[in-house]
Amino acid sequence: MASGKTVTVAIMDAPYESANSTTALRIVQSALEKGHNVNVFAYEGAVNLTMKAQAPHPNPVKGTNVEQEAHPTTKDWVASLFKLAKDKGAKLDWVNCGLCVDERGAGDWVEGPRRGGPKDFLDASNASNATLVIPTK
Amino acid sequence: MAKILNIVETAYRGTLEEQDDTILWLTHMLKNAGADIAVLLRANAVNYAAKGQDASGLHFGDSKMTHPPEIDKDVEKMIQKGISIYLVEEDARERGLADGDLLDGIRKIKRQGIPQLIDEHDQVWHW
Amino acid sequence: MAKYLLIESRDPFDSTDSQYFAELVQGIAKRGNEATVFLVQNGVLPARKGSKYNTVISDLIKNKVKVVADRFSLKERGIRQLAEGVDTADTDRLVDLLLEPGTKAIWH
Repeated sequence: MASGKTVTVAIMDAPYESANSTTALRIVQSALEKGHNVNVFAYEGAVNLTMKAQAPHPNPVKGTNVEQEAHPTTKDWVASLFKLAKDKGAKLDWVNCGLCVDERGAGDWVEGPRRGGPKDFLDASNASNATLVIPTK
Repeated sequence: MAKILNIVETAYRGTLEEQDDTILWLTHMLKNAGADIAVLLRANAVNYAAKGQDASGLHFGDSKMTHPPEIDKDVEKMIQKGISIYLVEEDARERGLADGDLLDGIRKIKRQGIPQLIDEHDQVWHW
Repeated sequence: MAKYLLIESRDPFDSTDSQYFAELVQGIAKRGNEATVFLVQNGVLPARKGSKYNTVISDLIKNKVKVVADRFSLKERGIRQLAEGVDTADTDRLVDLLLEPGTKAIWH
């Protein structure tokens, strides 16, 4: 059930590069589970989290094929978070920084996120109960 | 054939999404390709030699992570494969890792022993 | 008095900058603010019992800073014994702390 509270999270790390992105998604997951609305501002490399062309791969070290390996992709995780928001009656508003998207050619993404900019982040923060900035290192 | 030493110091960087540590994985692949290769775990990467690492249980909505990284098991497999895994003893001790916390087959060396280990290898790749 | 949620993802072994963060937390607490440090990712490493940096944790606790370590990060690293006074929690608790009215959250 929706709580009526909103959390805004800014993230910067590209997928598969840092523990920060997984932790950020865990926080989004926990907030949505509690019925809170979540705004995400994906900045710099974080715009790649939602890229549609991500594909799982086999693991030759373990001798597993694609199905056995079940390699996660962050775009699937984000898509599942959108579904979770819907199930919980909460809103997930995921904004990919448009200029960051353009320079990375990362414009083809899964259903859910929208293109935006710094003003969206500011507006989201002003309208939120809490804001957390997760920087890259 | 050149003897290679891979020095790994960065730990848990993107390992959840990768399901592996990428340098340990690369080492394993290079060994499979015929390399004469060893690993030195230093700094935070000494924790890769700790028993009982468990990254299971993550899920995001309906997406469950069914194959989380199993870095301790990866290290064990590398040892079984004949890859020597060295570990800097002081780095482990400073992090509260006692001998009993470490996997069997890990070769502990002291910091002052690193130059000799490097001398014994033809190529040293410090990742 | 304000409430602070200080999330530490770095560790003193790898990042000398974690010393800055510990000092910042101490400064915030000494001004009479309510401070909670939430250790996550490699930030949990100094919380393992016997770590060289247990004193960083105990110094925080002495100054009435609450120290909480992320359960998943602990499990992921095989850390079973913790320095005295360290509590454990999951990200749902982190979200609760984040949403406590008047809380300022800082990630490092």
